[in-house]
Amino acid sequence: MEPLSWGAIAARILLQFLPVWIALAATFGLSWVYRAKLGLYGKLFDNRIGLIGLFLTLFWVYTALAAGLFDWIATHDPLTAVSGMKNKVPGTPLRGAEDGDFPYYLLGGDGLARDVFSRMVAGSWIVVQIAPLATLFAFMAGITLGLPAGYFGGRLDSVLTFAANLILAFPVILLFYLLVTPEIVASGLPAYLSAGLFLLPLVFLGLLINARARTNPRRRWMLLAVMLLPLGWAYLSLISAQGSALDLLPAALDLFDVPGGILVVFVSVIFVNAPTVFRLTRGLTLDLKTRDYVAAAQTRGEGPWYIMLWEILPNARGPLIVDFCLRIGYTTILLGTLGFFGLGLPPDSPDWGTTINAGRKLLSIFPHPAIAPAVALLSLVLGLNLLADGLREESLKD
Amino acid sequence: MILFLLRRLGVMLLTALCLSLIVFALTNLPANLEKIAKFEGNARMSDAQVESWLEKNGYAQPMLVRYGEWLGALPGWTRTDESGEYGRCVPVGGTIAESPARCGILQGEWGESRVFREDVGPFIATRLALTGKMMFWVMVLMVPMALVIGVLAGMREGSKLDRGLSTLSILTTATPEYVSGVILIAVFASSAFGLKWFKGTATSAMENATFENFFLPVLTIALFGMGYIARMTRASMAEVMTSQYIRTARLKGLHFREIVLKHALRNALIAPFTVIMLQFPWLLNGVVIVETLFNYKGLGWALVQAAGNNDVDLLLGISLVSVVVVLLTQLISDIGYVYLNPRIRIA
Repeated sequence: MEPLSWGAIAARILLQFLPVWIALAATFGLSWVYRAKLGLYGKLFDNRIGLIGLFLTLFWVYTALAAGLFDWIATHDPLTAVSGMKNKVPGTPLRGAEDGDFPYYLLGGDGLARDVFSRMVAGSWIVVQIAPLATLFAFMAGITLGLPAGYFGGRLDSVLTFAANLILAFPVILLFYLLVTPEIVASGLPAYLSAGLFLLPLVFLGLLINARARTNPRRRWMLLAVMLLPLGWAYLSLISAQGSALDLLPAALDLFDVPGGILVVFVSVIFVNAPTVFRLTRGLTLDLKTRDYVAAAQTRGEGPWYIMLWEILPNARGPLIVDFCLRIGYTTILLGTLGFFGLGLPPDSPDWGTTINAGRKLLSIFPHPAIAPAVALLSLVLGLNLLADGLREESLKD
Repeated sequence: MILFLLRRLGVMLLTALCLSLIVFALTNLPANLEKIAKFEGNARMSDAQVESWLEKNGYAQPMLVRYGEWLGALPGWTRTDESGEYGRCVPVGGTIAESPARCGILQGEWGESRVFREDVGPFIATRLALTGKMMFWVMVLMVPMALVIGVLAGMREGSKLDRGLSTLSILTTATPEYVSGVILIAVFASSAFGLKWFKGTATSAMENATFENFFLPVLTIALFGMGYIARMTRASMAEVMTSQYIRTARLKGLHFREIVLKHALRNALIAPFTVIMLQFPWLLNGVVIVETLFNYKGLGWALVQAAGNNDVDLLLGISLVSVVVVLLTQLISDIGYVYLNPRIRIA
């Protein structure tokens, strides 16, 4: 078979993404019809920059979901090498293709003869699994600590701010190296860190409900039990792993095990992001606590946590939502950095950072194995940044 | 002002102490010490032999005592047996009486790198000079470019020029160094595209930096930092352009160019100044990536080598240097802010 021309490669790639196009069309069509009822999200449709950002972001989210959940889009297995396909240029026909195999390597083969296109698609699933969740946890940790620091001030504020600045003054890459070395993982430090960091969201949700339903004891205990029992179980099964430093639950009760490497990556990313969120929340709280509605709530006799979580936090949501979008992009960059230095994730993992690192060795002769994941990462982070920019512009318009 | 400075310096010292203690603790875990013993002595040592090696070389003391020794606040360990006198500060074959009691960071003794077999002090100094050279050119390229883009974009908010330049700066902030570096090398230095304008490695730039071998790494770092500064400048410029005195100047009939250059520019540049100084920690991060990517043996490259090989003394030295650099730039940015903006006064 002849190698494909560039036009044919582009056409086949576009066709391969068909499920994503359908999902995107459906999302945009429905959102356009109901845009008047959708608040800030609906207003995004008046903003070209924000719309482009939304498009890019949703493109990768749907790609990841289609590839990760349904095994669509990818043409080959991202981990299987096919002999004779090493460093082949984009559009090379698959050697020894049988019936049912996709007959081409659309974006060529990498240094270990794996399909670059499939690895790029599989890499998006890793990012979409880790980045938003890690950012969410970082936000919960940062908010849970930032609200009291800004609201109460005093010594608590000084200590927390000092700790946050301490982490921020640390060179990020050194921190990553220190957290993921096998000796330190064996010492259990990341496990203890994760136990602490993952506890904060529970504390956050508990306080949120408790502050709201405090006046109605029956409802309060019921809500707390409904919320915290399953979450506490999930928390315990998340942090305890058989044979590691934290072995709390018996195997029968342990719901799921996160692979050790992924957990360490997760923890380091949260650990690096949380201080910045803390500083943002603290600054917003310092500003908002002087408002009249806070004084009104204080006069009504509301408790401090009610004021923080139900008066100040909802009013700080604008900057927090914008920062959330930006921070998912930054987390994606951090994940790439971890992969680039070969930290945490397994060496044959198809995530973008690891793939870029593997591809850079032969960059001056065969650039395609590194460029495909580089462009993918760039477009996702760009989409998130544009989306944040659009959201900021629209939220300032009220 | 002096009180403020003293307090800031105090917090800085405390931060540096805490951070070095954390790094010290993490690099001196029992498992790491065992690795050091096997590296220095014999790879097939038994546990008992490891134990006695650590005992003999002062590693068996409590962690805080050894941290004090490293800092130079506590006297170094000494040991005398039939084969001679040994100690942290005693050179091979020397005697305890002739050697200084303390040798640590405070005395200027940074220890020895296990990987490079060199004294850490001079080693870091050379690497720091190389990284400094790179940073200097990054600043020369990044700051004027960012300011020009920011001022042009913020001058007429909402115009086509503003839209274009803002999108450009978002694009550069969305491109981490390992992505832009890879793309730049592939386009400008590889045989695949045929444009062999620059070199894909900067190893030769360490002695003899030329445009050809040094431009790509410098551009890679500058691009990532540039977008952020440009956006800050744009925001600050746009705010200044809506202020009353600019309107007065326009109503007086001054030329637009004159208003921008003489009235708006100076006030619009206060905010970017602090941002530029606060960019340093991020730039350090980028330096590590770019030095690894372009094989330029500066401080970032040394950090990766030290961290990858558990080279304790070198790692501690580098983290101390980088933390001090970060904290110093924060201090300078605070002081500079006060001087540039007379509305802010710190008692």
